[in-house]
Amino acid sequence: MSVTNAARSAPARSAGRPPSLGGNISAWSNRHRKWLFAAPAMIFVGVLIVFPLVWTLYLSLTDSQGSVRAATEFIGFQNYLTVLTDTDRFWPAVGRTMTFTGVALVCEVVLGMGIALLLWRPFRGEKWVRVAILLPLVATPVAVGMMWRLIFDPNIGFANQLLGMIGIPPQPWLSGQDTALGTTIFMDVWQWTPMVVLILLAGLTSLSDEPDEAARVDGANAFQRFFYITLPLMMPTVIVAILLRGIDALKTFDILYATKGKGGGSFNEVETLNVYAYGLSFDYNQYGLSSAVLILFFMIIIGSMWLLTMRKKAVSK
Amino acid sequence: MKRRSIVKYAAVAAALSLGLTACSGSGSDDAKESGTVRVTLANHVWTEGIKAAIPEFEQSSGLKVELTQLGEDQLSDQYNVKLNAGSDEIDVMMYRPLQEGKAFAKNGYLADLTEKVSSDSGWDWKDYQEGPVKATTVDDKVVGVPIITEREVLYYRKDLLQAAGLEVPKTMEELEAAAKAIKASSPDTAGFVARTGKSAAVTQFSSFLYSFGGDFTDSSGKSAVNSSEAKEAYAYYGGLIRNYGPANVSTDMSWPEAMAIFTQGKAAFYTEADSLYKNATDPAKSKVADTVGFAALPAGPAGSKPYNIPSWGLAVNEASGNQENAWKFIQWATSKERTLAAQKAGVPGPRASVWADPEGTSTYPKDLADAIAVSAENGVGHDRPEVVTVGKAREIVGEPIVASITGADTAAAADAAHEAFQKFLDGEKK
Repeated sequence: MSVTNAARSAPARSAGRPPSLGGNISAWSNRHRKWLFAAPAMIFVGVLIVFPLVWTLYLSLTDSQGSVRAATEFIGFQNYLTVLTDTDRFWPAVGRTMTFTGVALVCEVVLGMGIALLLWRPFRGEKWVRVAILLPLVATPVAVGMMWRLIFDPNIGFANQLLGMIGIPPQPWLSGQDTALGTTIFMDVWQWTPMVVLILLAGLTSLSDEPDEAARVDGANAFQRFFYITLPLMMPTVIVAILLRGIDALKTFDILYATKGKGGGSFNEVETLNVYAYGLSFDYNQYGLSSAVLILFFMIIIGSMWLLTMRKKAVSK
Repeated sequence: MKRRSIVKYAAVAAALSLGLTACSGSGSDDAKESGTVRVTLANHVWTEGIKAAIPEFEQSSGLKVELTQLGEDQLSDQYNVKLNAGSDEIDVMMYRPLQEGKAFAKNGYLADLTEKVSSDSGWDWKDYQEGPVKATTVDDKVVGVPIITEREVLYYRKDLLQAAGLEVPKTMEELEAAAKAIKASSPDTAGFVARTGKSAAVTQFSSFLYSFGGDFTDSSGKSAVNSSEAKEAYAYYGGLIRNYGPANVSTDMSWPEAMAIFTQGKAAFYTEADSLYKNATDPAKSKVADTVGFAALPAGPAGSKPYNIPSWGLAVNEASGNQENAWKFIQWATSKERTLAAQKAGVPGPRASVWADPEGTSTYPKDLADAIAVSAENGVGHDRPEVVTVGKAREIVGEPIVASITGADTAAAADAAHEAFQKFLDGEKK
């Protein structure tokens, strides 16, 4: 009897007691479940994206130089004024960034579309060709830079020896003031066209055959079918490719640094905004100025991407 | 059930994060207790020698050495990031006194070693040559110990000179005439090659500048890069490369590229730091190993005045909590015995006693040892502008070198560089 009593009274007693610590945490976490589960991602974004951005913004408004721990003064928009009126390094760097990105993108998309069309229809040995085409993509950009630097060496490089065999005089390639940027664009095209091919090929395979067949029946030739059927249908994919590749191309740093080093050569001939900002902070230790360049660069990237996204929306409609 | 699992997940997460914290590097105090010294060194022949000898140090001192080895540029970037953040993860650091010394000292990255160097008479700080000591002393405080010194010497091809019936040039005029004769007799071989990069060439150009009677700044600290002597030196150095250098000469060459042209047998004369001589005499790296000769820098109007500088030194990170052990490592790595061993392996050191010892130069080609002896006597203690932001200063004073190489108006470039350099110097004073 007493045993039964005890057994009966135990739950009643525990219900009356204040809940334990474990129970408290448990109840709290249950109530805030959505925050708790989202927290890791939010902390990640906060620490790795928002904080550096805000810190850079702050630095760009100070005269920080030498050491970031040294005393700095708040100087408002002075750095931005200095940068925006700098026709010696900043504006030429903007020009080079745009040229590099623009030319590389056009070449990559045109070539990429061509190759994707060739690979679209099944053929023998298709697998091997696809693997071979993807090879440049998996190589490390710095290694690619070093490789091309050796090939393009004006005195002992392979490129000039090859030209010599067919009777063309040696070219300065990377070492020429006027040819260096073009050569780095070539390297970028060599490395990144495969990625564009990959994206476009995915787009092509998802197209349905009917419109093309209908046009064929109506007697349209290959060019007409491409320009009036395939290309318009592919436009959203093409814009995605441009968007992805464009952001990357704007930010290119590795191959430029690996081939021409700090400052982009003796005449700053391949100095893009990224290379310039790197030099400002790592060579000159002018963190304020460098941050201002980076914030402006960030705005340029956001701006161009916004334009492209608008275009994509218009096309999709 | 639900509640219990959430508690379980929270516990796992907490345990994981604790585990991760435990893994994330040991702080300085741990290092001190466990007797570890964290040493960051540059890729260099000197480093190879030290690396091989580290077990010997570990055994005698009972300390453990954690070594990080990086290329020159990566090392520089690493310091910029870590020292800027006040990191205590580096105890001993290999640095370039003339490139980074002033900036690092100004930012408070380097520990004051004045007492330490003077307290040990057996290790003997007085044995160090004056020039290198000056370069590792900032505001009367010793902040580093020099380990490698270098001077600019003339590398040449004995066989080519012999074939052309030429003597080893003793003056700049003779050098130009010889380079011209060789380029004329065999158009595929350059008469002369040297660094051409705007920033990289500055150090090797400096000896020419001094030998013509100029310097980067005058005695009052004002820019002097447009003096008539400097303009002549710019014109001469660039002219040699433009007229008698390799065809299609690049304007980005630092020592690896210029050295490659010389060691591939494509140039007769080359002026470069003596500390790199192994690249030219090692048959594994050089096609011309058997025929390389060395001579002191030819004399200009003001005589032969090559730079004589400490290219690398060791310092202790001010933020390190492990400075005593760091000093023990430096003491060992820069001892007379280690310096002699390094010098025999081809790394010119900063200790007078090692140079005085015949064994110290026993492994050097005789003509190189002679050239070094001459250069050490009449050398100048800096090879670049002595400022805080050396990187920027080099780019400014290097501009006329490139202008001269490409055949642009050198005098105008020197005037423009003068204006920019003066502005830069004024900015640094603020």
